[in-house]
Amino acid sequence: MGIESHLGDNILTTTLTTMVNWARKSSLWPMPFGLACCAIEMMAVVAPRHDLARFGAEVFRFSPRQSDLMIVAGTLTYKMASVARKIYDQMPEPKWVIAMGACAVSGGIFNTYSVVQGLEQVMPVDVYLPGCPPRPEALIHAIMEIQKKIQKESL
Amino acid sequence: MNNDLIITLIKSSLPEAIIGYHEFRGELTFVVKKEQITQVAEFFKKNTELDCSYLSDLCGVDKVETEGIFEVVYHLYSIRKKHRVRLKVPIPAGNPTVSTVTDIWRTANWHERETYDMFGIRFQGHPDLRKILMPEDFEGHPLRKDYPIHGRQPATLRNVYRKDEA
Amino acid sequence: MPTTSAKTTQLMSINMGPQHPSTHGVLRLILEMDGETITRAVPDIGFLHRGVEKLAEYKTYHQFIPLTDRLDYVAPFSNNLAYALAVEKLIGVEIPERAQHIRVMLCELTRISSHLLWLATHALDIGAMTVFFYCFRERETLYDVFEMVSGSRMNLSYIRVGGVARDLPGGFLKSVEKFVTEFPSKLNEYETLLKDNPIWKKRTIGVGSISPEDAIDYGLSGPSLRGSGVNWDVRKAEPYSAYDKYDFDVPLGTHGDVYDRYRVRIEEMIQSNRIVKQALNILPKGDHITHVPNVALPAKEAVETNMESMIHHFKLITDGICPPKGEVYSCVEAPKGELGFYIVSDGSSRPYRLKIRPPSFVNLEALPKMVEGRLLPDVVAVIGSLDIVLGEIDR
Repeated sequence: MGIESHLGDNILTTTLTTMVNWARKSSLWPMPFGLACCAIEMMAVVAPRHDLARFGAEVFRFSPRQSDLMIVAGTLTYKMASVARKIYDQMPEPKWVIAMGACAVSGGIFNTYSVVQGLEQVMPVDVYLPGCPPRPEALIHAIMEIQKKIQKESL
Repeated sequence: MNNDLIITLIKSSLPEAIIGYHEFRGELTFVVKKEQITQVAEFFKKNTELDCSYLSDLCGVDKVETEGIFEVVYHLYSIRKKHRVRLKVPIPAGNPTVSTVTDIWRTANWHERETYDMFGIRFQGHPDLRKILMPEDFEGHPLRKDYPIHGRQPATLRNVYRKDEA
Repeated sequence: MPTTSAKTTQLMSINMGPQHPSTHGVLRLILEMDGETITRAVPDIGFLHRGVEKLAEYKTYHQFIPLTDRLDYVAPFSNNLAYALAVEKLIGVEIPERAQHIRVMLCELTRISSHLLWLATHALDIGAMTVFFYCFRERETLYDVFEMVSGSRMNLSYIRVGGVARDLPGGFLKSVEKFVTEFPSKLNEYETLLKDNPIWKKRTIGVGSISPEDAIDYGLSGPSLRGSGVNWDVRKAEPYSAYDKYDFDVPLGTHGDVYDRYRVRIEEMIQSNRIVKQALNILPKGDHITHVPNVALPAKEAVETNMESMIHHFKLITDGICPPKGEVYSCVEAPKGELGFYIVSDGSSRPYRLKIRPPSFVNLEALPKMVEGRLLPDVVAVIGSLDIVLGEIDR
């Protein structure tokens, strides 16, 4: 066949895209944008029982400059919207966003004068995670969906 | 101190400052004249029998539609004597101002700022009367009954934050 | 401009938050610094203002219960209870004894869960990471317990006006018993990490002190007040539910510093554990919710088989509870302090005005007093020791 037959069993070949995507998805650095109740479940995800380290994404860094996954967990208000956007802009490319919880997805039960009715008004969202709050398992699922998405991306 | 004793004491000490009083579910409420609130509050704190050294809560109530007034409600508590008293001050809706009680209880500072933010009631003599919960450029006072629950902001922020996107 | 000790005339402003790992949510602080010393601290709040008090005016009395969960979201039972007690006082309804004891038991478990979260994050802020993992281990056990009664891990909405939503499920008491038996040894593990730890002590002793007089003047409540040695606990001073039937102590501090507040909360967990143990023993049999028809829904089975019950159910769901005209203030000792609800009723099925007195809001107000004149890292320690939750501060 191709080049593999000359290299023997010791070397695997792949495309650069697959390789880079594999590296990116296996070491996501989340930027925890904890706003409300959902932030507590987000903390539970890194704690012993759920242990996000199994999926290579346990390094929560509060500095946007070192992160590539923004988890917006909780109610986004008009007062907070510009802050959220600023943090998002500070993150280097490539970056992904999870809207965690009913409030971040759509405003949730707070349809009032002060709550932004959906995070997508402020920034592009990759995964919407409903629940009030979503269980830690659901957040892990959301992160795995992000990983799937990363694997399909082109450089 | 039980409610009857408090009523007797207040009737004899501050007859001209009190508009009325009532009891509901064991809770005692005094309605106080707006001009005399500082004096009454000070009496409740300083008097050794009443000893209301703790201001539990301070808030506003909008009764403009029904009675043409705002009310400022003070919940006083005595940690030593373990009794609660509520003071209410009716304020005409046309000119919603009342004297501050921050000199008497320092905790009133944020409560009064919140009441100002939510109802637009101005507390005269307050050291730092600014909005507390709403953004500085927010217009209106959301807890007033005539303020719509969904607010008056634009329907979407998309053209503010995402207008450059294709 | 004031002259600084370094003989310069420039003070530096530092912005801390609203996105900061140790502000426990979306608190923003504007700090004026003279070198490393804080000369002025100005908290900026409202980044999580969700308009709960406005929403309350558009909800029936029952519909508002889920919103109370989301105020202090680490202690949902206490919030449910404070609200339910206020409405019950407004209506003037008696609660079955079993429901009262269930409420006490769950509120104390909530207190443990809330204090565990405080300890986890407080220690993490100061740099002790292991405590975080230990505390979350026990919190998961508690979440399992909460899930048994309400079907949800966090925002539980289990308490109803007139009682609790349903009776305790099978196996629940056994799980609670297992937890309260094991918990003291777990607590001991946290103590070995922190109590005599020299780094922990250096960071907390003498930091953020407040005198008892100032604490009362600033309206502090809960462990933040008792850390200064003021013996006031709503459970003792104005016993609600069935607290007068329980034997427990109110732990007090002496210096009112971060370390004392830490000690008070640790001791409170021991006391809460004691209360839950007693509750397991004295939990009486009986109804879990009152039968007063215009307050509580009929049993589900009755609705499906009995015409009158169905009409009753329909009436209460469509009309809601209509309490008499009047106003009440009712408060409980939430894990963070005095949590009060002031409800003004105009006789309709929705509150005319509902004011929440959140303990964190008032406790946070004293923050500038505690940190001014101290160093920047002390701010982190003091915020942790006040145990604030922005959900109830901003409402």
